[in-house]
Amino acid sequence: MTVLEQSGSSRDFGHRNTEQWPAPPPAWRPRVDPAPLLPGAEPRRVLGTDAAGRLDAAFLTDLYERLVRGRRYNTQATALTRQGRLAVYPSSTGQEACQIAAALALKEQDWLFPSYRDTLAAVARGLDPVQALTLLRGDWHTGYDPHEHRIAPLCTPLATQLPHAVGLAHAARLKGDDVVALALVGDGGTSEGDFHEALNFAAVWQAPVVFLVQNNGFAISVPLEKQSAAPSLAHKAVGYGMPGHLVDGNDAPAVHEVLTEAVERARRGGGPTLVEAITYRIEAHTNADDATRYRTDSAVQEWRAHDPISLVERELEARGLLTQKFTGAVREGAEEMAADLRARMNQDPVLDPMDLFTHVYAEQTSQLREQAARLRAELEAETNAAPHGEPNAEGTAQEDRP
Amino acid sequence: MTPTVVETGRKPASMAQALNRALRDAMAEDPSVHVMGEDVGALGGVFRITDGLTEEFGEDRCRDTPLAEAGILGTAVGMAMYGLRPVVEMQFDAFAYPAFEQLISHVARMRNRTRGAMPLPLTIRVPYGGGIGGVEHHSDSSEAYYLATPGLHVLTPATVADAYGMLRAAIASDDPVVFLEPKRLYWAKDDWSPENPTPVAPIGRAEIRRPGRSATLITYGPSVPVCLEAAEAATAEGWDLEVLDLRSLMPFDDETVCAAVRRTGRAVVVHEANGFGGPGGEIAARITERCFHHLEAPVLRVAGLDIPYPPPMLERHHLPGVDRILDTVARLQWEAGWTEGSGD
Repeated sequence: MTVLEQSGSSRDFGHRNTEQWPAPPPAWRPRVDPAPLLPGAEPRRVLGTDAAGRLDAAFLTDLYERLVRGRRYNTQATALTRQGRLAVYPSSTGQEACQIAAALALKEQDWLFPSYRDTLAAVARGLDPVQALTLLRGDWHTGYDPHEHRIAPLCTPLATQLPHAVGLAHAARLKGDDVVALALVGDGGTSEGDFHEALNFAAVWQAPVVFLVQNNGFAISVPLEKQSAAPSLAHKAVGYGMPGHLVDGNDAPAVHEVLTEAVERARRGGGPTLVEAITYRIEAHTNADDATRYRTDSAVQEWRAHDPISLVERELEARGLLTQKFTGAVREGAEEMAADLRARMNQDPVLDPMDLFTHVYAEQTSQLREQAARLRAELEAETNAAPHGEPNAEGTAQEDRP
Repeated sequence: MTPTVVETGRKPASMAQALNRALRDAMAEDPSVHVMGEDVGALGGVFRITDGLTEEFGEDRCRDTPLAEAGILGTAVGMAMYGLRPVVEMQFDAFAYPAFEQLISHVARMRNRTRGAMPLPLTIRVPYGGGIGGVEHHSDSSEAYYLATPGLHVLTPATVADAYGMLRAAIASDDPVVFLEPKRLYWAKDDWSPENPTPVAPIGRAEIRRPGRSATLITYGPSVPVCLEAAEAATAEGWDLEVLDLRSLMPFDDETVCAAVRRTGRAVVVHEANGFGGPGGEIAARITERCFHHLEAPVLRVAGLDIPYPPPMLERHHLPGVDRILDTVARLQWEAGWTEGSGD
């Protein structure tokens, strides 16, 4: 039985005479008109529209070169995984536009907060391609100094880097510095509590931060419709009180334009923005994943026809810029990058096991000093037992008891 | 007013006042120190530890945050990345759990994963422990969770002077510190001068609070006064108990602990946290590994029961009290007549 069905509920007690009732308390009234915060019905596109006409040719050719190199980076890193040089590589083939155009929307003093799939964004920001892969190679978790290019460590837990971006942007503003933080997250990551908390903090504090959701359709194997019932992920913005935008994630100039606007808005003190870039993950989640279990080839083929590189190619072709000389040079540059990456990744990294104890605390605890001494002794014993560099035979462990 | 007070300028001060003073002094000395958390502003914190800080330093320096512990700690990580020294308040022990992912996945290992390039100098204040009649989720002793995570310092003061000195040291530390405040000692008073704070031992060092020869009670935080009371009561039995306050659970002061146990030959570890999987097991194991030949009896533990924290009307049965400590001390059996196997 519902409340309305309860006996006597249909009797008229005179409640409908609203004039005798006080107005609702002020807290009932909406504080912000949500309409300007809502994303448009269609993702923003530039390529294939009239807006493409105002794009600068040098910008387009640079973008094209970066996209081709990004694609080559993805295929090379995937090959290194098959050769056992990388433990795993989450390919961003198909998502190159999101990452590269996003990184290019930042100024030098700004900060990038990438997730584990965003190596291309980090490289586009100037990070050495080998340094971007040490996490995945396994020689150290973060192979670079985050301050050098203002790139936070590639983040493996989902969405946990988003509150860091908010905190850093907030701190920069408190110090009076002109810094914007751009935080990248996937569609799956929007389900995490940290996504919610980060957006809420950012909006309440009006922090100069931009959130870019790369919606590539799947969180490993779980499709978006099982991830979120929202009309779009960009719609989530309105609930926090910040604008949300939808953009074609494969249209690099469109991503660049939307993010540049959002970054500049944050820089002017306009507060945070949420951008959803709609793209597609052409490869599996990683080499450990079998994508045929959860999706059909036909969907992949449809997205291949909307490839971020071929979209730029069309525009270059229309302008007569896609000459053989140009594409040849671009291809050659990408191959050089890949060859260099291959050669450097095929060198065995030199590791010092004593580093395990160096960076746990500013000053080693006595517990760590003891353990470091034990490991040093183990290493010396290994060296003494195998003077020609051969591994220590089993069963020769040092026994310190009589 | 006693003549002593007039001579030294010292007056009774509570641990809460000392903590408040520590925050105020740290903020005054270093503009990069920022206090943040739920209710730390106008209210001054539910325990008033941040009382007056927003008034004195402004909202930018002492900020009321949205109610979200992961967000509080997560944004503090970003602030520390940019060179600030955030001091976050978690309000109550069991309210800190939503922030565990940030704590374990980022706070504890940021220095390590970046090879020292990105240390996180932040302090996480957690009022912890029971004995104040708190309702469910307000009385947990969560130190074992923090101790299980390399990269964190875990401190807990037991005196007014330590509350001030250790919090100052925690804020000055270049590493993340989980600063556990024994909430039932917030209102415990001691003679202490805020104008001329007593110097305290550096963090990482244990302190003998009461010397003794018969056995060492190894304890920390809220159980220190209980152990001191037990030691006084034990004198009637002819036992001269030593009370050692660890102060810092990580780093752990093996040196002071082992020296004490070698001196007395007997040790009892006392804490409120559950015994199984609690810090006492680790401490007992360390003592056994290092002092085996000096021990006259096994290292015993007096800990909270292995139950979820009980409702307030039953908490006295859970918390280690004087009687339970004395019963355990009696089991050390150093009096004549003890032979192997004749115990329980």
